[in-house]
Amino acid sequence: MKNRRALFAVPYVGWLALFVVAPIVMVVLYAFSSAAGGFTLENFSRMGAYAVVFARSFKLALAATLICLLIGYPVAYMISRESQRFQRVAMMLIMLPMWMNFLLRTYSWMSILENTGLLNRLFSAIGLFRLINALTGANLEYFPMINTQGAVVLGMVYNYLPFMILPIYSVIEKMDASLLEAARDLGAGSARVFRKVILPLSLPGVLSGVTMVFVPSVSTFAISKLLGGSNELLLGDLIETQFVGTAYNPHLGSAIALVMMVVVVVCMAVMNRFGEGEEQAVML
Amino acid sequence: MSKKLIRLVDCCMAFDGELVLDHINLYFNDSEFLTLLGPSGCGKTTTLRIIGGFLTPTSGEVLFDDVRMNDIPPNLRQVNTVFQRYALFPHLNVFENVAFGLRVPRREGGRKIKLPEPEIRQRVLEMLEVVSLKGFEHRRITGLSGGQQQRVAIARALVNRPKVLLLDEPLGALDLRLRKDMQSELKRIQQQLGITFIYVTHDQEEALAMSDTIVVMDQGRIQQIGTPEDVYNEPKNAFVADFIGESNILDGIMHEDYVVEFFNRKFKCLDSGFAPMEPVDVVIRPEDIDIVPVEKGQLRGTVTAVTFKGVHYDTIVDFKGFKWLIQTTDYHPEGETIGIVLNPDDIHIMRKSEYSGMFGDYSSYSEEYEEMDGAEEGSGDEE
Repeated sequence: MKNRRALFAVPYVGWLALFVVAPIVMVVLYAFSSAAGGFTLENFSRMGAYAVVFARSFKLALAATLICLLIGYPVAYMISRESQRFQRVAMMLIMLPMWMNFLLRTYSWMSILENTGLLNRLFSAIGLFRLINALTGANLEYFPMINTQGAVVLGMVYNYLPFMILPIYSVIEKMDASLLEAARDLGAGSARVFRKVILPLSLPGVLSGVTMVFVPSVSTFAISKLLGGSNELLLGDLIETQFVGTAYNPHLGSAIALVMMVVVVVCMAVMNRFGEGEEQAVML
Repeated sequence: MSKKLIRLVDCCMAFDGELVLDHINLYFNDSEFLTLLGPSGCGKTTTLRIIGGFLTPTSGEVLFDDVRMNDIPPNLRQVNTVFQRYALFPHLNVFENVAFGLRVPRREGGRKIKLPEPEIRQRVLEMLEVVSLKGFEHRRITGLSGGQQQRVAIARALVNRPKVLLLDEPLGALDLRLRKDMQSELKRIQQQLGITFIYVTHDQEEALAMSDTIVVMDQGRIQQIGTPEDVYNEPKNAFVADFIGESNILDGIMHEDYVVEFFNRKFKCLDSGFAPMEPVDVVIRPEDIDIVPVEKGQLRGTVTAVTFKGVHYDTIVDFKGFKWLIQTTDYHPEGETIGIVLNPDDIHIMRKSEYSGMFGDYSSYSEEYEEMDGAEEGSGDEE
């Protein structure tokens, strides 16, 4: 072996083969076979019925990713401008919710968003509904917030926002300060420095943030189940029911999972290519 | 020629209560190559950053053409900087790096004016030719050598036609040969374009080779301002004498005009204007000393070490416990007793200063050399 240290990678390669590659192979095998065994494409042909779930999943994940980006980028940027001490504290605060169990966090959103939940009770207490009813003549007792697509997106944003902030922050924070000085020196005002230097140089962070939010969002099942109710079924829920639910059909579940994986991988590849392309375009 | 473009009036700079610039008064003429020279931490880079607009002096004034600039940000100043490690934009190619400043819309009479693309193109290509990088415009920054990156950085600053170019140890990261080439190249560019260069370095040779004016700094204070010949031949104090070139610095007493005493002997010199019997520092450059047979010498000493330096020998000679460095082309072996003769113009008299007694004896010569080697290796990371 050329590099003796490569031996250290053996355990991980083994792990990878056993728990990543093998399951993918199994998913592929399942997806292309029927319960009776034997090759079939039936699992895929049946999937048309779930097009609406696919569309909804991608739509919500996209919305969540976009919102995370819009919130996360400015946050990451502003934190990186602050003092070292502030940065440490801010990073800890951003990570803090992640120390608590994911389900617990999502459950607590249920009790906030419910029709008789914290928010609606607060609105009622400050007389918001009375005011609206008096003004519009409606008969509102609460805002329906739980079991909506909005609630699902909120859950995604809440849970995955740190994954957007962290990579963007770390890229901006490592950026060579003399580059910004050079841009200023060459006459660029703050807006131009941001547009022409900081933004393009932080693109790698944005890409990895987008990936890290979009992928878990598109495949989540817990968030949609808890905050979206039974109406807003997502791909994750669909797959879950095929494996452990009433509609037990691991072959169909595998096929759905496979299609989702392919779509996600293609999305990411296109996006990364686009990111590189942008860099190259400027390079040319 | 001698129009004062930039003036620093009584500039002080303190970081966390620590004074790094101590009442700096300095002006910069049109079309001059001025070097701020000093060891690391002397305040030279701070001075440059104040002119560039990256720092605001704690007190004092920065004047451009007699207009107060203290609070004007860098992007609104008519100076450009070549940064220590170039600070080229890695996401842009050579052309776009150089064009960066030209693409910034200028404000004229409340309107924003953009340079037309053909003009940008023409100016960038012209400037790349000036720095000998013709044909490199589509190259990526990351694929360039250190010297090429250096040229891009210079072109990027100069293409904006600044009145003053600030250079912060621009050759620090280059190897020796490239550095020599770039020195003459920089000098050529400066003369060709006729603009003011303010150059920061800790390398005295570089400063002597390139500058019209050298400002020697230490501990946040200006020690001497003068032409390279001035600061070398007529150093103002022991610090300048020691920092620029090699020098033997001895204690002396000025008896009267043109007469100085050291080693209990009176010597003729060319200096006047001191009080009778004023204690002074005497500087004697190693290359000015003539070695003669013992009986003809004004002073006699014993050779304690000889190092061959190519053009000359570095000969350390012990005169009654005080070791001198003498540079001669003649070889005198260790242990030989020699005499020396000092001509009046070999002897330079300086007033006593806080630096008196800190330098000048070559007892620790070899250690000093090691220190200098170390300094050169680490020079890239300075300040």
